[in-house]
Amino acid sequence: MRKRPHYLAGFGSLVWLFVVGLPLYVMLVATFQSRADYAANGPLGLPKKLTFDNYLNDGFAQYFLNTVIVTVSVVAIILLLVPPLAYAIVRSDGKATGRVFRLFLLGLAIPSQAVIVPMFYLINEAGLYDNLIGVILPTAAFAMPVCVLILTGVMRDITPELYEAMTVDGAAPWRIFRQLVLPLSKGGLSTVIVFSSLQAWNGFLFPLVLTQSAENKVITMGLYDFQTEHGVDIPGLLAAVVLSMLPILLVYLFARRALIQGLMGVGGK
Amino acid sequence: MTTATAPAVDSVEKPGARERAKRPGTGVGRPGFAWAAPAAVFFGLFALVPLALVVVLSFTRWNGLGSPEFAGLENWSKLLDDPVMVKSLWLSLLLTVLGVLVQTPISILLGVWAAGHQRNRAVLSAIYFVPLLLSITAVSVLWRAVLDPNFGVPSQAKWLFGDGNLFGVQASALGVLVFVSTWQFTPLHTLLYQGAARAIPQVLYQAAQIDGAGRYRQFFHITLPQLRNTIITSTILMVVGGLTTFDTVLILTQGGPGTDTTNSAYYMYQKAFKSFDFGMASAIALLLVLVASLVSLVMVRLSGYDKMRSTMEGV
Repeated sequence: MRKRPHYLAGFGSLVWLFVVGLPLYVMLVATFQSRADYAANGPLGLPKKLTFDNYLNDGFAQYFLNTVIVTVSVVAIILLLVPPLAYAIVRSDGKATGRVFRLFLLGLAIPSQAVIVPMFYLINEAGLYDNLIGVILPTAAFAMPVCVLILTGVMRDITPELYEAMTVDGAAPWRIFRQLVLPLSKGGLSTVIVFSSLQAWNGFLFPLVLTQSAENKVITMGLYDFQTEHGVDIPGLLAAVVLSMLPILLVYLFARRALIQGLMGVGGK
Repeated sequence: MTTATAPAVDSVEKPGARERAKRPGTGVGRPGFAWAAPAAVFFGLFALVPLALVVVLSFTRWNGLGSPEFAGLENWSKLLDDPVMVKSLWLSLLLTVLGVLVQTPISILLGVWAAGHQRNRAVLSAIYFVPLLLSITAVSVLWRAVLDPNFGVPSQAKWLFGDGNLFGVQASALGVLVFVSTWQFTPLHTLLYQGAARAIPQVLYQAAQIDGAGRYRQFFHITLPQLRNTIITSTILMVVGGLTTFDTVLILTQGGPGTDTTNSAYYMYQKAFKSFDFGMASAIALLLVLVASLVSLVMVRLSGYDKMRSTMEGV
């Protein structure tokens, strides 16, 4: 429809490219230089001598492993609990499930900051302080409302005729769930997996408040510690930032659509 | 309808099906409450109980050791008299308003621009998206390094940044916080606007062209009004996100200089985990939730969003 190129918009888009790209450029270039070279070159200069030493920080292996454990567990809890719930919300004729749904909608509005003090109290009482389980449980709970919203949306789109056909065949809910609901909700399930793993991978507040020792730290805590303890080792710090985003970057390259929907917490069709 | 036919068919089914039919709620082919119960209990335990507990704790005195003691309204009266608290609320609101004012125009322009199907726009949009892939922690750490007073970009560009220490003065420290949030979250809002802009019926633009409306008039008279609902959604997201900004403050400014960037969320964290005044921190948390819900509610009401006014009006 628009034939004439829009020069002003083109210019604006380049300005934004600069804003987005500058820190990413500084980050990448810094990570391949030694500390001394970086200080001498400045953040904007091109590196004269390349080195990979900054990426060989062995402390991060433990943080990585912990983050993987937290992420996998959170996704497992979500996948175990949310699909049956969403199915019940969409198909149950009882009043109780409707009330449960409204509670989850209320949950959408609770920021995690609001509950860190009582969470700290409860996790302490449960003896789970400084334990990865103590991070996993609240992280999963706070990822749930969005996942419920996504999955109920997808399951509502399954036509009633399909449910009825299976009911007429005498199928019990479990069989309907396994043979009809799950296969037809694949898009929604992948969105839910991406969303909840991002929440777990990038989570900061719960690990900050609920863990303490080095062997129980996740990667975001590792970054925070690195910055408070060795804030002057900028190349090492930025290499850690690159490492922390690497898995997400890979997902972005290979499953862009699912990732975007997971980030937005919507869609899945 | 289903409930009437299902039991009849069930009775002529194989024995296995009859066994299942005995469990409550399964006989009619509909899932019972048992399907919802595990998730409901889990969520109740780890989200709703803490929320109820924050109300209780706000009326207690607790330093993290031993048990909380009932303290009546002590925390609340301390809260209202605390100048740092009042200042932190203003700073939260200021950061939120500035965030909305900066992010909204950029996101709308980028979103509408990215809604075009040109190849270069798709490529650039993919790059614009990268900040959203990093965690808030990573973004804050990255910008702290890039803006480092001694080794960062400002030290190289003194003509632009003065003495190069952006974290030393309130105005520039606030500016950094707003800018870093904008850098990270603009892609999210851009995506919202991109989707909404693509959903605008092309007929409207064709009609406007026939009427001789130029590009800018089309933008202000068609695109913007049609984005109305998205503007509200996106603003509510920004407001809730802005009021609860925490990680960025902790990593970039630590609330400083002094308490000049100490917003309420960060003040709550300090009260709890630095001063070990958990009762007071609970009161701040509760206040924050109330303010955030109130602001969202007022916005929904004022904008008429709850009445779901269709953007398709006049099509």
